[in-house]
Amino acid sequence: MKLRAALMGAVAVMGLAPAAFAERGTDGEVKLTFPQAVSIMNPYLSGGTKDILAAAMVVEPLAVVDPDGVLVPRLAVEIPTMENGGVSADMMSITWKLQPGLLWSDGTPVTADDAVFTWQYCTHPEGGCSQATKYEGVASVEAVDASTIKVNFAAPKPNPYTAFVSGLSPILQKKQFEACLGAAAPTCTDANNMPIGTGPFMVTGFTVNDTVSMTANPNYRDPAKPAFATAVIKGGGDAEGSARAVMETGEFDYAWNTQIPPDSQAAMAAAGKGQFVVAFGTLVERLEMNTTDPSPSLPEGERSTAKHPHPILSDIKVRTALSKAIDRTILVEVGYGEGGRPTCNVIPGPEAWASDNQGCIAQDMEGAKALLDEAGWTDSDGDGIRDKDGKKLSILYQSTVNPIRQDFQALIKDWWTELGVEVELKAIDPGVFFGGDPGSPDTFQKFYADVEMYANNSDNPDPETYLGQYQCKNAPTPETQWQGENINRFCDPAYDALHAELTQTTDLAKRQEIAKKLNDMVTKDSMIVVPLVHRGTLSAHSNTLGGVQINAWDMETWNVADWFRVK
Amino acid sequence: MLTFTLRRLLLAIPTLLVISLVIFLLVDLAPGSPMSEIPLTVPPDVRQKMIEALGADQPVFVRYFLWLRQFFWVEPAALIDSWFGTTWAEGEQRILSWQSRSPVFTIIGQRLPQTMTVIGTAYLVGILIAVPIGIYSAYRQYSVFDQAGTLFAMIGFSVPTFFSGTLFIIIFAVWLGWFPTKYDTQLVVNDWESFVKQIKQMALPVMTLGLANAAAISRYMRSSMLDNMGMDYVRTARAKGMSERTVVLKHVLRNSLIPVVTVIALGIPAIFGGAIITENLFGVNGIGAALIGAIHANDIPMVQTLAFIFAVLIVLFNLIADILYGLLDPRIRYD
Repeated sequence: MKLRAALMGAVAVMGLAPAAFAERGTDGEVKLTFPQAVSIMNPYLSGGTKDILAAAMVVEPLAVVDPDGVLVPRLAVEIPTMENGGVSADMMSITWKLQPGLLWSDGTPVTADDAVFTWQYCTHPEGGCSQATKYEGVASVEAVDASTIKVNFAAPKPNPYTAFVSGLSPILQKKQFEACLGAAAPTCTDANNMPIGTGPFMVTGFTVNDTVSMTANPNYRDPAKPAFATAVIKGGGDAEGSARAVMETGEFDYAWNTQIPPDSQAAMAAAGKGQFVVAFGTLVERLEMNTTDPSPSLPEGERSTAKHPHPILSDIKVRTALSKAIDRTILVEVGYGEGGRPTCNVIPGPEAWASDNQGCIAQDMEGAKALLDEAGWTDSDGDGIRDKDGKKLSILYQSTVNPIRQDFQALIKDWWTELGVEVELKAIDPGVFFGGDPGSPDTFQKFYADVEMYANNSDNPDPETYLGQYQCKNAPTPETQWQGENINRFCDPAYDALHAELTQTTDLAKRQEIAKKLNDMVTKDSMIVVPLVHRGTLSAHSNTLGGVQINAWDMETWNVADWFRVK
Repeated sequence: MLTFTLRRLLLAIPTLLVISLVIFLLVDLAPGSPMSEIPLTVPPDVRQKMIEALGADQPVFVRYFLWLRQFFWVEPAALIDSWFGTTWAEGEQRILSWQSRSPVFTIIGQRLPQTMTVIGTAYLVGILIAVPIGIYSAYRQYSVFDQAGTLFAMIGFSVPTFFSGTLFIIIFAVWLGWFPTKYDTQLVVNDWESFVKQIKQMALPVMTLGLANAAAISRYMRSSMLDNMGMDYVRTARAKGMSERTVVLKHVLRNSLIPVVTVIALGIPAIFGGAIITENLFGVNGIGAALIGAIHANDIPMVQTLAFIFAVLIVLFNLIADILYGLLDPRIRYD
């Protein structure tokens, strides 16, 4: 009897041991700080990553993308594929199964109706939903039964994992947002600030552009998680201050986007309280070459349009020479340190999608000079600037106001001057440059300059949409109110045809091969886009915070449920 | 005095209307778009829809008159509703921030207390330091104390707060570890411990701003004292055999305070306006941080409303300074 009791006891202890090891709410508070404060907790109305990062701790999609770029189910039981029958053979629909017994943080069940509602919410014509692209091509979303969601597409969709996938496209609670459809969306302040979710945390307090307070969600599906009882996100200040609060004073556990100069990175890491982590996504700092003539002497409406090819940069030899003269390794050392690496690709990752193009990494000043000589640009009057047919090789190079970009501009100007190119620099307020106001001459779309520098990325590991930017039809023109993503006005029918092929291809290996080809067509084959630096997102976390797995393909807070306190 | 005050108040109405129009046009004509912070991955047609949902595509005068109506009718009505439970503002569109979609006045209401405590304390500390320094510096002109005071003032004047603030952070937070660098706005002061915490987190921003404020005010105080020290009435007072203490603190100080009080009164709107750089540096969620955040995001309703409130405060405190002048100096009468 005694032995039996002892054995029972041992079994009970063994059974309890893992639960005692990880239990919800035993690790106190986790404190995050963002250089930009959270404005709103509804990703569908948000203007920036900061809001979506915070929201990802509260509201969840059906599936997320892990750090390797692989889909993992969240609210769904599994990832639907053609093999398991989740994706229809004609690629016209995808069917998701919700996990059984899912509850919202208010205790009500999650049903397929919530997903249907979320689709209606984001696609309402008056709602101004910022994630509308996630639902592009979706003809309808239906609730087959309470736990089955069927997404029907208007045309065959080789990549059906857009709607309800990643932190950009979470499921909202129908009950909470029902009255917030369309024009009423912005007026639902309470719902937008404190959405009810299924995630590990729920919002308990929200001060606009300052602090979000959260507590562990009592109805979270994993009873052992999250390890933290409460979470706080404090916003504001700058990257330096956020990094310092984690790395030097230890006031915070996690700081997002601590993009600071390399020397400060080293100094802060030396304090020994935390570490920087970097995730490389697809963000590439690049030079965009204008293939059209931006000359102010042209009449308004014809400037920087396909009507007038660029007098200098239309020649691929000039573009190649400009690229060859740049030492990308030095740029990385000066500007980004740990947070960047030199690249020659527009699609630098995920690895399976990236071309092996490395040709531009080594600087080749002599080769560049030879190319310009070959192209007929020589210094005939001995003033140090090359000319051809009485025209000087002179370039207007613009970017946004940003200390790193101004360093880059200065360095590149030096190299190009050495090459015999006259360079005029211009720095534009980012609000204007990216503002897209068709009345302003300084937007990046209008491109009233010869070369411009900024960073862009793909919001999906699958770069189909991103590569689609360089199709002829996407060039910004006066007719399109200067909207469009083909900034260079690059136009190659072969490119368009290959991209069309990509949209029809389902085989993954084949898709990757086409993407690499497309990448090469705009970079090394044509030098229309001159990539400089593959930028990562640099974040910092305290040495006492465990479980952090930085993620470039989804929100950095994607696995916040697994974060714990290192004891 | 009463007619003067009334006349000034009535005059303020057209002034403020003109100011509101000018601010609105300035903010509106300034380059930039509320969409500039949205990632480039969001395509142009989605951006256009978002702009339409904000109402930002309406003609400028439509938006101006809408704003006037919201500011002078809907918002006061909403305030009365929240006080007395009436329903005057029901169904009316309040002024919403484009960035956060929250009512602008709710945001201001959340932020004003932080600004008042931090910036207000810094102002008070600044005055308390500046006035004695100014008095003694003037009384012992060119003494070692005066030189040191001048040096202090020069440093306070010329060192920008983003530098002194960062310096204080590195010395007091990183090296010494005495104070936190980020202000915890959720802290509720309800016992001794939390009070100490509050004092600690206020220390760095108050120090930074107090230094700048004290520098300016101490110079005004000193020069005003110097002006008066050489006056005939001072000589008379001394000739009458009054103690130095009475001469300086009663006669000279009272007369010297007149311009200093004006300077202090005119500085008060700045307390409400917050301190853009300092608030941002220490994460104090005050009005200044809200303003700069809104400017960055091209959040026109927020910028417009804040700028207009500052205009109202400045007009108001100019009037108060004028009235105070009359109270302090019996020779000044407005009737």
